[in-house]
Amino acid sequence: MAILVIKDLTKRFGGLQALSKINLEIEKGSIHSIIGPNGAGKTTLFNCITGFYVPDEGDIIFDGRNIAGLPTDQIVRRGIARTYQNIRLFKNMTAIENILVGMHPHLRSGIIGGILRDPRTRKEEQEALQEARRLLQLVNLQGRGDTLAKNLPYGEQRRLEIARALASRPKLLLLDEPTAGMNPKETLEMMNFIRNLRDTLGITIVLIEHQMRMVMGISERITVLDFGEKIAEGTPKEIQSNPRVIEAYLGRGAASGLGVQAQPAA
Amino acid sequence: MVCPPFLLSLRKIWRSALIGGGVALLLALVGMVGTFHSRSVINNVVSVGQVLFLFPVWYATYVSLRQMSEERKKVLIASLTAGIVGSLPLVLLLLIGAGINLRAMFVNASPALYKILTFGQNLWPGVLVLIVVSALVTLTAGLLLQLSSRWQRALIQGFLWLFIAGLMRDLILTVTNRWGPLAGVVQFFFAANGLTPLGAVLLLAIVIGLAFRPRRQVESQPVNSRARWMVLGGIALIFLFLPQILGPFFSEILDNVMMYILMGLGLNIVVGYAGLLDLGYVAFFAIGAYTMGILTSPELNAHPLTYWQALPFAMVIAMISGVILGLPVLKLRGDYLAIVTLGFGEIVRLLVLSDWLRPWLGGTQGIQLIAQPKIGNLTLQSQVQLYYLFLAWVVVVVFIAWRLKDSRLGRSWMALREDEDVARAMGINHVTTKLLAFATGALFSGISGTIFAAKLTSVYPHSMNFLVSINVLALLILGGMGSIPGVFVGALVLIGAPELLREFAEYRYLVYGALLVAMMLYRPEGLWPEERRKLELHEEEFVESTSVAAETE
Amino acid sequence: MLRTRLRGVTFTDIVVWLIGLIILVGMIWGSIATIRLGKYSASTWTDLIVTGLALGGVYALIALGYTLVYGILRMINFAHSEVFMSGAFTATFAATGLMNIGWWDRMPILSLLIVLAVAALVSATVAFLVERIAYRPLRNAPRLVPLITAIGASFFLQYTFRGLYGSGLKGYPEMAIFKGEIVFFGIRFFKTQLVVIIGAILMMLILYSIVQYTKIGKAMRAVSEDKDTAALMGIDVDRTISTTFVLGGASAGIAGILYLILFPVAHFFMGFIPGLKAFTSAVLGGIGNVPGAFLGGIILGLLESVGPSLFLDGLGIPAAYQLKDAIAFTVLVFILIFRPSGILGERLTETKA
Repeated sequence: MAILVIKDLTKRFGGLQALSKINLEIEKGSIHSIIGPNGAGKTTLFNCITGFYVPDEGDIIFDGRNIAGLPTDQIVRRGIARTYQNIRLFKNMTAIENILVGMHPHLRSGIIGGILRDPRTRKEEQEALQEARRLLQLVNLQGRGDTLAKNLPYGEQRRLEIARALASRPKLLLLDEPTAGMNPKETLEMMNFIRNLRDTLGITIVLIEHQMRMVMGISERITVLDFGEKIAEGTPKEIQSNPRVIEAYLGRGAASGLGVQAQPAA
Repeated sequence: MVCPPFLLSLRKIWRSALIGGGVALLLALVGMVGTFHSRSVINNVVSVGQVLFLFPVWYATYVSLRQMSEERKKVLIASLTAGIVGSLPLVLLLLIGAGINLRAMFVNASPALYKILTFGQNLWPGVLVLIVVSALVTLTAGLLLQLSSRWQRALIQGFLWLFIAGLMRDLILTVTNRWGPLAGVVQFFFAANGLTPLGAVLLLAIVIGLAFRPRRQVESQPVNSRARWMVLGGIALIFLFLPQILGPFFSEILDNVMMYILMGLGLNIVVGYAGLLDLGYVAFFAIGAYTMGILTSPELNAHPLTYWQALPFAMVIAMISGVILGLPVLKLRGDYLAIVTLGFGEIVRLLVLSDWLRPWLGGTQGIQLIAQPKIGNLTLQSQVQLYYLFLAWVVVVVFIAWRLKDSRLGRSWMALREDEDVARAMGINHVTTKLLAFATGALFSGISGTIFAAKLTSVYPHSMNFLVSINVLALLILGGMGSIPGVFVGALVLIGAPELLREFAEYRYLVYGALLVAMMLYRPEGLWPEERRKLELHEEEFVESTSVAAETE
Repeated sequence: MLRTRLRGVTFTDIVVWLIGLIILVGMIWGSIATIRLGKYSASTWTDLIVTGLALGGVYALIALGYTLVYGILRMINFAHSEVFMSGAFTATFAATGLMNIGWWDRMPILSLLIVLAVAALVSATVAFLVERIAYRPLRNAPRLVPLITAIGASFFLQYTFRGLYGSGLKGYPEMAIFKGEIVFFGIRFFKTQLVVIIGAILMMLILYSIVQYTKIGKAMRAVSEDKDTAALMGIDVDRTISTTFVLGGASAGIAGILYLILFPVAHFFMGFIPGLKAFTSAVLGGIGNVPGAFLGGIILGLLESVGPSLFLDGLGIPAAYQLKDAIAFTVLVFILIFRPSGILGERLTETKA
């Protein structure tokens, strides 16, 4: 069963066709990677799914409901969380506060509760704090909770960002280059961590990744984008041997031997 | 051409001394030197005006000398020559001023100023004296650097306190005169103007002595909650009896400070928590004051209400106007938001001033006969009584601001401040969250406005100008954006101190402007920065030393 | 497609559009009523239009400083209004001096050039210093920080000049050759207005060609596109930014003289309102865009001079001229809300906005 179905999704920026007629199905409980050269539209796709951009055409059906064009904050409430390619934590808030912000959709207290701190609010805050600490441990950041996010080392910031995304209890987690800037050992740890997330929490995971070893090792399905178009989809094995993918990565004509073709107008 | 390294560093020092001299020249021409000359630090020895034109060169020399590592003799030569170089801008002023009447352009380039700069001498001997004094002053910078860092700190602190004590003589004496036996002790230090020479030496000795007291190692230890409550209780007690401690002379100033604290706490939510730079904040103050005026003044209203009856209306209207002004600017960020709110503030002011709305708002004449709050048979009208009304509100508002800061809403505000896109991706509805910030801020400012109206029993559009917004912004930045104690510190320093030094009034915004720039350059977090609550290791007694080290930035 | 678009429309959008609509309807209603009343003759209208054009020229010239700086640093140089004031205020003293030695009437052109040079020099120096001291060290700070220093610098300058030159009003002497009026095609111009309009157009052309065709102009455009890449291409970014401030400052100084020709009184607070309006012009035309600044200035000048009589008189609002500033600020607010990219501006993308 597909948790996310994307139909004919198109997004333009002025004359630039960032995404054209993308069709995509993400199976529930799978780890699905999206790859492609720089500027292929991977992050744009994430931005459309999370409501950061309003798509020009097409539908995004999540859990049976069309979410295309909904505001960002509504989409996360339905169960989609994400991380960012260039880490975007709340830098001047502590790690645990970052996670607490991530839990926002599940908390109820408003301005009155905040001022009066009635028993219900206090209970809610206590439980939220407990869960936040649990999440800190899950990403192996125990003891760092009261550090300002900006003072954490790079790898810890990446993990904190994932913890923050998990705090919204997503059904679908979008990870934008979670291993960017990591060494092979850290990458391997991250891979195991992501797989573990899926296995223990049952979250569907969509990855944007550049490190092929990671992509091939972890994904059940891979979609390849190039210049805003889907050029291939399949299992890691199928993708590895797909001539169009090789062409996209190694340059026009490298696979087909037809020489350099004109690039589509940008 | 090979330049010996000493000459190179000498050139650097001269350059910064020259910049210091330029600052001194500016202070002289702006009129601060002349104005502050009438106030002495030490009676008949040093005036504040003299400090103003000598200190910039000294400071520039001291800072640039500190970066130089030369042997003793060279440092002393450098410091001595720096004083000569640094005096040149003022010397130039004297020489030009002797030939040409600069007063046609620079209103402060008067013979009186020249007399101050030449220490009362004629032109040529005066210039010589100026150069020599300047050189001697900067020489102390060189000498100071020969001492151990502990002595340096002690001396700097000593002279700083000396300066403050001399500057604040009137304030200190007015206050301590009420303290019976203590008054005599304090009076011993002071002359008719500033400190007595003996008092100055004694004070210096005391401060230096205190600087050498054994230092306790308290900084790294977490403050336990009981100690914190005691400190808070102490502060509350001081505020409760502040009018009695300070005496009637300060009541007006206290009221002003409290008014700005109230506004500052409101703007702190908008700017400090939610990161929305609102430059039209005075509009809400005006709306609070005017609502009070319209509803309670018999001038405009056939059925005037009492203060307490009108208060809920004023509060609601302030909040609604916060929302109304907030709605259109929701999508704007950063600097555009600032300009639009500034525009809003100006529109409100222009509308109030216009003849068009005069039948309802009183036009330039404003509104008179505004009701004052009554409790039973007691009308709150004296400054002290109104102080307590302000204080009551401040307590309520501090409580609200403090509770909100650590609530889900407070976290949402801060998340929006840090990164709006991501905050929205966390499920935060930016519309309601921002509007709540605007409304809360407007509410506090509006309340402040109602008391302001009741205090004067009148409101005028001219008291609602852009400068009020700038005052509030400046006190927030001085204290530290997002910090509640910072609001108090900022208001006491920026609103309280200027009213105590009448000479200062004219230069108030000049100094504020410089302060805003300097704070952003050197201490953007403010004097009393916002504290982040410790949440993870809240209950645990023993904190690993490593994580403590990591948490102090 | 429309459906997805419409889903993004929120309650606030509707409220904001409604407010806009109400104001627009009010404007049109007022205009129709005014014209039907026939209170003003055709020559009154042309007078107002000429006044608006002259005013607009001054705004345009100040707006240029905002636009150049915004184009290159993506920040609002809040202190620019004080840059304008400093040159104009200082130049009044030069003018008075020239008057006293008799040059003002005997050698008007030379005197005017001297005064223009003084104003441009002072304003350019102030602009340079502001950038050097208050903005450069904070170039990579969060956006709010340089804005706050800009506000601080603005106040510092205002009250510094108040201290230097006093808080009183300072008259700018009228020039004999600018007295009187000229009739062109049946339209009456004051000579001063004509001088200001021509001067503003000339300055705009000069500055436009500097930005478009000179080497430094190219460097400025390169830095505004991408500072890092420009630096890699061998452009001295700091110097280019300084030049931008100097250029903007000089044009503000010249605008100051033109302003004084129209309103011959200088004081320390004279920069605030024209500055805010010039900023409005810059945004109106599309900030970062030089012809846009010109267009925005002219439109705002016209709106301000014609607007009160046209829109408000018909609605029966007494003393409508009192609200001319309110009209300008309303334009500011609405342009920022509905089309922050202005008339000629590109749509600001996420990274630039």
